[in-house]
Amino acid sequence: TGRLPNSKAGDGKPRLLLMGQRRSGKSSISSVVFHKLPPSETLYLETTTRIKKESMHSFMDFQVWDFPGHLDYFDPAFDVDNIFEEIGALIWVIDAQDEYLEAIMRLNTTILNLQHSYPNINVEVFVHKVDGLSEDYKGDTFRDIIQRVQDELSDHGYENAPVSFYQTSIYDHSIFEAFSKVIQKLIPQLPTLEALLNSLCSTCHIEKAYLFDIMSKIYIATDTSPTDIGSYEICSDYIDVVIDVSEIYGWPRGEQNGDDESLTETGNNDAESLITMERKGNNYLYLREINKYLALICLMGDDSPAEKKAVIDYNVGVFQAALKQVFPRAERDAVDAPAT
Amino acid sequence: MNTTKRQKQRKVLLMGKSGAGKSSMRSIVFSNYVAKDVRRLGATIDVEHSNIKFMGNLMLNLWDCGGQDGFVENYLTHQRAHVFSSVAVLIFVFDIESREFAADVISYSSIIRALAEHSPSAAVFVLIHKMDLVQARLRQQLFDERTEYIRSASESFAPTVDFFATSIWDQSLYKAWTQIIYFLIPNARSIEGLLRELAEVVEARELILYERTTCLMVTHVTRDVEAENPFSDRFERISSILKTHKQSMAKHTGIPAGSANFAEMQIKTGRFMFFITRLTENTNLAAAIPPSEQIFNAARINIALARPRFAELDIASKPRPAVQQA
Ligand SMILES: Nc1nc2c(ncn2[C@@H]2O[C@H](COP(=O)(O)OP(=O)(O)OP(=O)(O)O)[C@@H](O)[C@H]2O)c(=O)[nH]1
Ligand SMILES: Nc1nc2c(ncn2[C@@H]2O[C@H](COP(=O)(O)OP(=O)(O)O)[C@@H](O)[C@H]2O)c(=O)[nH]1
Ligand SMILES: [Mg+2]
Repeated sequence: TGRLPNSKAGDGKPRLLLMGQRRSGKSSISSVVFHKLPPSETLYLETTTRIKKESMHSFMDFQVWDFPGHLDYFDPAFDVDNIFEEIGALIWVIDAQDEYLEAIMRLNTTILNLQHSYPNINVEVFVHKVDGLSEDYKGDTFRDIIQRVQDELSDHGYENAPVSFYQTSIYDHSIFEAFSKVIQKLIPQLPTLEALLNSLCSTCHIEKAYLFDIMSKIYIATDTSPTDIGSYEICSDYIDVVIDVSEIYGWPRGEQNGDDESLTETGNNDAESLITMERKGNNYLYLREINKYLALICLMGDDSPAEKKAVIDYNVGVFQAALKQVFPRAERDAVDAPAT
Repeated sequence: MNTTKRQKQRKVLLMGKSGAGKSSMRSIVFSNYVAKDVRRLGATIDVEHSNIKFMGNLMLNLWDCGGQDGFVENYLTHQRAHVFSSVAVLIFVFDIESREFAADVISYSSIIRALAEHSPSAAVFVLIHKMDLVQARLRQQLFDERTEYIRSASESFAPTVDFFATSIWDQSLYKAWTQIIYFLIPNARSIEGLLRELAEVVEARELILYERTTCLMVTHVTRDVEAENPFSDRFERISSILKTHKQSMAKHTGIPAGSANFAEMQIKTGRFMFFITRLTENTNLAAAIPPSEQIFNAARINIALARPRFAELDIASKPRPAVQQA
């Protein structure tokens, strides 16, 4: 893991290509994940007719290319190399509520076509719109799709193709979780990040720690203890709370003078937040802004936060310093435009 | 005098055509449903009652009246006096998507007439609901048209009826319900007075008092520069944020939503500090203060000290003329 497939010179920005049948949900996915469009508003999205390229600037830069559904990428008139050269991952979206045989056929053709020139491309299949399906039907559909893709590829002599499958919906966190996993494969520093988080967890008795990209709410790393979607969702929802409240009360208040200087001395440079629950025995939540792009979010046990605060502050400081080495870029930017 | 716990019962009717979204909004505001859970709701049979206690000893007595024609017929005839007397507020819900708008308004008119007969001093709130189904750029115009038409059918209530565009998918629901609750709180003025004093003491930029179960705002105090806060919709936004958080915690920890309350929330940044803490049995207090550890610590202590005074206000509400007389 952690290697950037086919990374060459060039602009160095890995691309995420979104492909699949029309109406499968590609544009909805990219609008919901990267532009925070409310899922219900995707009903009004217009059909994509040209490749839509977008650059995302975050802890790392990457591009998202949203393809129209009907495009034939292997049409000779098309510059295939130009498309697949800098690719980070090919995300293939299949509408699980619709007939999917044709989608699978096209997916397999694409994989087979790419196999020779680009053997290392990660193919990520999103079995999408699973929100409308019953639990049983959802599982069956998912297994059926995996089976068909694998069978057909091995019929063509392609065993162990680098294809992963995810069940996704824009109406819950699953689409963000899937993107998290896709993007983690593109981060060369992932093992280092995981080691740092592991060490933070054990020194501070943290149950689960996530490093989130604040803007997209994709998590770029977590400690290596088992992950369940529930704790990811709690943390992800918690970011929303902090972002929303910060937006409401963080508005620029213009030049205040006098005692304001003494205030900034005691105010926090990096936003920090804590939630303790009323009922004993429940986890509490801790959030700390790491730099302009990243936030650390921890779920902790029920021991008293007040006693642990000093230990946490110290160790989070250490973590933050280590992260500066890993992502020097985020720091450079942060100096240009101070985080709020 | 403090020994008699007098309770202000306020009867609130929730009416409108079947499928308009009445039970959906009730379940979200009062029963910790999330928006997508409401698809599971069946049509309401006859009337469903729920009670909820608010600040200042207000007991909200909500009648969710099933909207199928047969039931409505019954409310207007056999049960007329039972349903329409002693009403403090009528909330009437129109479905923006309804294909029979004219017929909906006729039904509304007959309900308005029954209300005028039995509770002439009731307040009427009309919610134009499911606004999410209308494209954003068309919403205002459609809302204005419907409003005008419905007002003209409101008879004696025409000058006072209040209109809101709502959807269960955003904070507009909270905006409407906050206004309704504010209207119903018997001693809003004295609560505000006390809150203002507290805000001065703790140097808060803003204090928001809200009910714990519904996360609906009871009232707020805004001081100095915070009055220029560009987010005028922040109160319903905060209700919605807190409600969502409560549901998120309930969903992922398995605690029932009713008990998924936090003891405290803090947010500290370079521009402001913010915390929420329990104030009385049914209310929480949110405080936005300048970014300073000293102010923050002092504010937490002073709010803890002020709790008994607010608790007293909860039980010793002075009798006020009732909103309506049956
Ligand atoms: N799009 C959208 N749908 C909504 C909204 N509110 C409610 N609905 C849907 O409307 C349908 C009917 O909702 P109910 O709350 O059961 O309707 P009701 O008014 O209580 O109906 P009766 O009990 O028969 O009078 C449900 O399928 C809800 O999902 C909304 O704001 N937007
Ligand atoms: N139920 C459901 N519908 C979805 C989901 N994602 C997208 N859709 C709907 O699918 C339709 C087609 O989406 P769109 O993004 O335009 O498809 P594209 O042609 O692949 O870009 C839209 O009406 C979306 O609202 C999902 O997760 N669940
Ligand atoms: Mg109902």
